[in-house]
Amino acid sequence: MSTATDDRYKALEKAIKKLGYEKSSLLEVLNSAQGIFGYLGIDTLKFIAKRLQLPYSKVYGVATFYNNFKLKPKGRHNIVVCTGTACHIKGSEKILQKIEQRYGIKAGGTTSDEALSLLTARCVGTCSVAPVIVFDEQIKANVSLENPLCDIEESIK
Amino acid sequence: MITSIEELQELAQMKKSHNENNPKEPTIDMSCDFYTKQTRIVLENEGIIDPEDIEDYITHGGYMSLFKVLDEMSPKDVIEEIKISGLRGRGGGGYPTGLKWESVSKVQSEQKYIICNGDEGDPGAFMDRAVMESDPHKVLEGMAIAGFACGANKGYIYIRAEYPIAVKRLTRAIKQATRLGILGANIAQSGFGFNIEIRLGAGAYVCGEGTALIASIEGGRGHPRQKPPHLSDHGLWGSPTLLNNVETFANIAPIIKNGGAWFKTIGTKNSSGTKVFALSGLIKNTGLVEVPMGTTLRELVYDIGGGVENGRKFKAIQSGGPSGGCIPEELLDLRVDYESLKEVDSMMGSGGLIVMDDSSNMVEIARFFMDFCASESCGKCTPCRVGTTQLTQLLDKFIAKEATMHDFVLLKEMCLVVKSTSLCGLGQTAPNPVLSTIRYFEDEYLAGIKDD
Repeated sequence: MSTATDDRYKALEKAIKKLGYEKSSLLEVLNSAQGIFGYLGIDTLKFIAKRLQLPYSKVYGVATFYNNFKLKPKGRHNIVVCTGTACHIKGSEKILQKIEQRYGIKAGGTTSDEALSLLTARCVGTCSVAPVIVFDEQIKANVSLENPLCDIEESIK
Repeated sequence: MITSIEELQELAQMKKSHNENNPKEPTIDMSCDFYTKQTRIVLENEGIIDPEDIEDYITHGGYMSLFKVLDEMSPKDVIEEIKISGLRGRGGGGYPTGLKWESVSKVQSEQKYIICNGDEGDPGAFMDRAVMESDPHKVLEGMAIAGFACGANKGYIYIRAEYPIAVKRLTRAIKQATRLGILGANIAQSGFGFNIEIRLGAGAYVCGEGTALIASIEGGRGHPRQKPPHLSDHGLWGSPTLLNNVETFANIAPIIKNGGAWFKTIGTKNSSGTKVFALSGLIKNTGLVEVPMGTTLRELVYDIGGGVENGRKFKAIQSGGPSGGCIPEELLDLRVDYESLKEVDSMMGSGGLIVMDDSSNMVEIARFFMDFCASESCGKCTPCRVGTTQLTQLLDKFIAKEATMHDFVLLKEMCLVVKSTSLCGLGQTAPNPVLSTIRYFEDEYLAGIKDD
């Protein structure tokens, strides 16, 4: 789909306009674009570079510097395994392994049917209920090491 | 619109009598040891006020300090009061807040900025998230007072994107305060105006460092730069900038309200006030605790934390995140403040405290932090970019029990090189977890050395 007719690009254009086409709003624009598209594709990055009159290399450089920006599409569901210190000493490594084995993907990957993306986070700031995973933006506290997906496996389709 | 301190008091009184007629059931039982042993200043409103309702904050004395400042104090008076309080930066560095404010206020400039550092990246730390989520107006009030004292009319709050609720509540708080004229142009007809905007981070630990944070707000990669020039001379977009942590700003309104001398009576001689710690790991009671500086680790772990989980044996407590160290049992009577933690090769950091029991392997913990620093290193300077990766690989050898005595010497040497030659705080403190575990748990390293 061309950028002229795609509604998502219209929404992005609106967001850029709201920020006054300021070069310094690059991070805000990238955050909005990821919200609209779910990820930052090469075409999207080129579009942003053009609208903010920035070199594409600069936009690409910033997009790849920050962990939260994803350059590939995500699955329909996503699980974020927290690997912060408190989660780590309570066995987050095991949780990650279990999920990796169950779906045959590595952290950062997406299943071939695009049902699930598996990600890790440095710390989601809920250390008092460690270990935690975040399933589709919902925090799951005190996750079981043996059966980390017990109540969510069914919803992953 | 609220245009004077009298109107503010009137609103507070009105709401207060309304609340007295319609009492709310307390949501938490605060009579257990976990709460009674705490001194709450930063967290005084946590769980008590509705963070989405500015009037509730005002009823509990909110914005009274800002109006008092605008009504009867000069910028110099404010700075003097903060200096008397002895407040030090709660982000971890511990630099005296009053001095920092003074240096920004002294610089002549048309444009100055106040930035609140809400990029709480240390794994195991969630104090700032709690403050921003449960009492967002307190942060705004502290920033506005700082703006008045330093002569700045614009503030930014830099929050990590992992904290969506904090972003939502602060955005709402800014809207509400602006609508009531508590933020914006000509606050309380004093001639002083102050606006606050939110900037989202995007997941880079290094952006907690001042110069990297500014590079990020300016829309670039979060690369730190050499200091000087300091932020007070050359900060955001080249203008003088004051950067303080969330918890530091949350201390300001209480100090103005009760006086710097009151604050000074709490805590220790060189570290006054309280500190919020995030207690987690293998301990019975986890959560946020606010205690006077100088409280011992033993009190934190046993009296408040209830001791180690599942009846296992305490081994170490980790403080200061990836820049800190592991403190062993024999030092549990240490009175926690900025200096004492440094003496034992750890640091205050932002306040994460993680308890480990005898099942934890200290070399593995050191490797965990080194791996964190290696992947979060921004790559600008070589000692940090290459050094942290080399150190991780060396630690791997110890874990696999394949290290040699030469590796051990090399490990210690490389730690010192990375520490003394890195550009910013990330690299300069990255070896701390290794150095502190070598100091207190050397036998675990020696166990990783293979016999010839």
